[in-house]
Amino acid sequence: MQGVQDRNHLSNVTVSNKVTVITNGLLDIPMLQLLNPEGNETNTDLDCNIDQVLAKRILFSMHYTRLLDERMIAAQRQGRISFYLASRGEEAATVASTAALSNSDMIMSQYREQGALVYRGYTTEQFMNQMFSNELDPNKGRQMPIHYGDMALNFMTVSSPLGTQIPQASGYAYGQALANEPSITMCFFGEGAASEGDFHAGLNMAAVLDCPVIFFCRNNGYAISTPADEQFAGDGIASRGIGYGVRTIRVDGNDVLAIYAATKEARKIALEHQCPVLIEAMTYRLSAHSTSDDPSGYRSKDEEQKWALRDPITRFQAWMQHKGFFDQDELNQYIQQKRDEILAAVKVAEKMPVAGIDELVEDVYDSVPWHLEKQRDELKAHIKKYPAAYPKTSWRLK
Amino acid sequence: MAQMNLLQAVNDALITSMQANERVVVFGEDVGHFGGVFRATSNLQEKFGKKRCFNTPLTEQGIIGFANGLAAQGAFPVAEIQFADYIYPAFDQIVNETAKFRYRSGGQFSCGSMTIRTPYGGGIAGGHYHSQSPEAFFAHIPGIKVVIPRNPKQAKGLLLSSIEDDNPVLFLEPKRLYRAAVGDVPNTSYNVALGKADVVTSGTDITLVAWGAQVEIVEKAAAMAEEKGVSCEILDLQSIMPWDAEAVFESVYKTGRLLINHEAPQTGGFAAEIATAVQRECFLYLEAPIMRVTGLDTPYPLAHEKEYMPDELKTFEAIMQCLDF
Repeated sequence: MQGVQDRNHLSNVTVSNKVTVITNGLLDIPMLQLLNPEGNETNTDLDCNIDQVLAKRILFSMHYTRLLDERMIAAQRQGRISFYLASRGEEAATVASTAALSNSDMIMSQYREQGALVYRGYTTEQFMNQMFSNELDPNKGRQMPIHYGDMALNFMTVSSPLGTQIPQASGYAYGQALANEPSITMCFFGEGAASEGDFHAGLNMAAVLDCPVIFFCRNNGYAISTPADEQFAGDGIASRGIGYGVRTIRVDGNDVLAIYAATKEARKIALEHQCPVLIEAMTYRLSAHSTSDDPSGYRSKDEEQKWALRDPITRFQAWMQHKGFFDQDELNQYIQQKRDEILAAVKVAEKMPVAGIDELVEDVYDSVPWHLEKQRDELKAHIKKYPAAYPKTSWRLK
Repeated sequence: MAQMNLLQAVNDALITSMQANERVVVFGEDVGHFGGVFRATSNLQEKFGKKRCFNTPLTEQGIIGFANGLAAQGAFPVAEIQFADYIYPAFDQIVNETAKFRYRSGGQFSCGSMTIRTPYGGGIAGGHYHSQSPEAFFAHIPGIKVVIPRNPKQAKGLLLSSIEDDNPVLFLEPKRLYRAAVGDVPNTSYNVALGKADVVTSGTDITLVAWGAQVEIVEKAAAMAEEKGVSCEILDLQSIMPWDAEAVFESVYKTGRLLINHEAPQTGGFAAEIATAVQRECFLYLEAPIMRVTGLDTPYPLAHEKEYMPDELKTFEAIMQCLDF
């Protein structure tokens, strides 16, 4: 065949005359840590370029995320929403990494990355409309609470199946490169999702096809109840990146400075070299998996306490204090104002009606096909006949 | 016009669309320099470069996941799955992602610009894993379209429409006709409408509905019936989802009899959907029960392929049974 090249798939293989068995530990992947648990910098030569304005935005976003989580767990307990999924303990991993991106970078998240949306400016009202599935929900009430998506903020709509966003992120990044956009794709997932086939597929494709994407793994120790040591036997997720030929960084996921520095560097590499980078952030899911979960069945209070002491917000706040960036009164005011704002927004959003019945068949295709028109019309006639049984939509059909 | 086989028509459609739209990107296993195991993508890499036509690693779930993201970004991915029998690792990406992308985001994001091409069907001594006809699975998923051409001319027009259509399309290519079906194909760009049936032959006594490679089988059966004085109307559905119910109803109002032929197994096959719709809409016009001539509810066999297939003889028998009811 014309144009066929000579290749040698052994070109990188060295020869040994001894039986060599490679085991865990031979490949040492250190964890980048720039703040010790007391909030002191461990490497004063490395300037992260986080000024007071940026530091405040990161800190306030983390606090807002935690506040939102607390209020919405309470709302779920009161029966006002069906479901919630908190991110306590992982706020730095999502907020500080997003802070290191450009707003034009697409974020494809798993589902515990509300911190990224907060940082980009998703409003309290928007959060509430989504969680209450009301007529202003951009998803039109079609997905469970926390399945956010916002085109204006370059935040891809969340889907529940785990890991599906990973090969999609490779494809999205390939499209960005093909269109010569100076942007990358940021793909979040957990260490549990990294067991899905899509993880393997996505990293391998990104490496082979030169996709400018950051794969950001939140290794938070648990996939619902399954601990990381029952999820994989290898050296975390980072070592897999090396196996795929993907540049890899392991970072302390509760250290804002380290995450920010690692993500900045990863973004620079992805864009300059048009290639993927894997970041494994070592963190801990202090919250339950979701409001449907009870961690007391699979982990001890002692263990949780130990991790509570490594709280990413406390650590970053201490650093800000050392830098003279921190103002307790200002923070208290902010928290009070946001708490009131959330409570007020809940009251508005929960009273708002769901979308009209026509929306049920919209967006399946670009236009409504004949068979869906027929099904919609039959359904409307039925609702009109029994309006009391379908109060959410029948009032609009009078 | 040029004489082409079905593969050349597919290749010609890909060239036409890649020339017209620089955001059309073709990829899959072995589709690059090699041009695909069937050669449907021959010369595309040479013509359009490695960025727009390339090999992927051997991962169907990866190929479709990648295509979903690429489509959401704004490109027009045309992803090849080497055999429809190997599409199942990608089932989650198609069912939960491709098909729901637009709906779940309230229309903010979509993979409407993507097309999945894959050869399907038997008759090539391919056994279980190179012969399946999985169209019914995909017709069951709200959010994607399912399109199946029967000959080179339809293939080019339908594939161009599939790539241009703002919905994800699964384009099933009847591989036993890849080289066997030859015909005139216009050199120009043209469209065959999705969701529309094609009346292949007009008739008065019975309506025969088929798609893809089975259209020529029912044509043969109709010729046999013709010799017995039976006039058959043949409809090629062309699209399974959405399907052209109106055209089938119109035909059944006229003939009063319906036979549906598909290669896929019988239970839960798409014939069941058509039969249900027709009995509801045309109940008082029907002169006989609706007939199905299909594959058996077995895995696709090898040594018994001839016996398994819903061939012209079985179709002819069913036509005569329907007429004698």
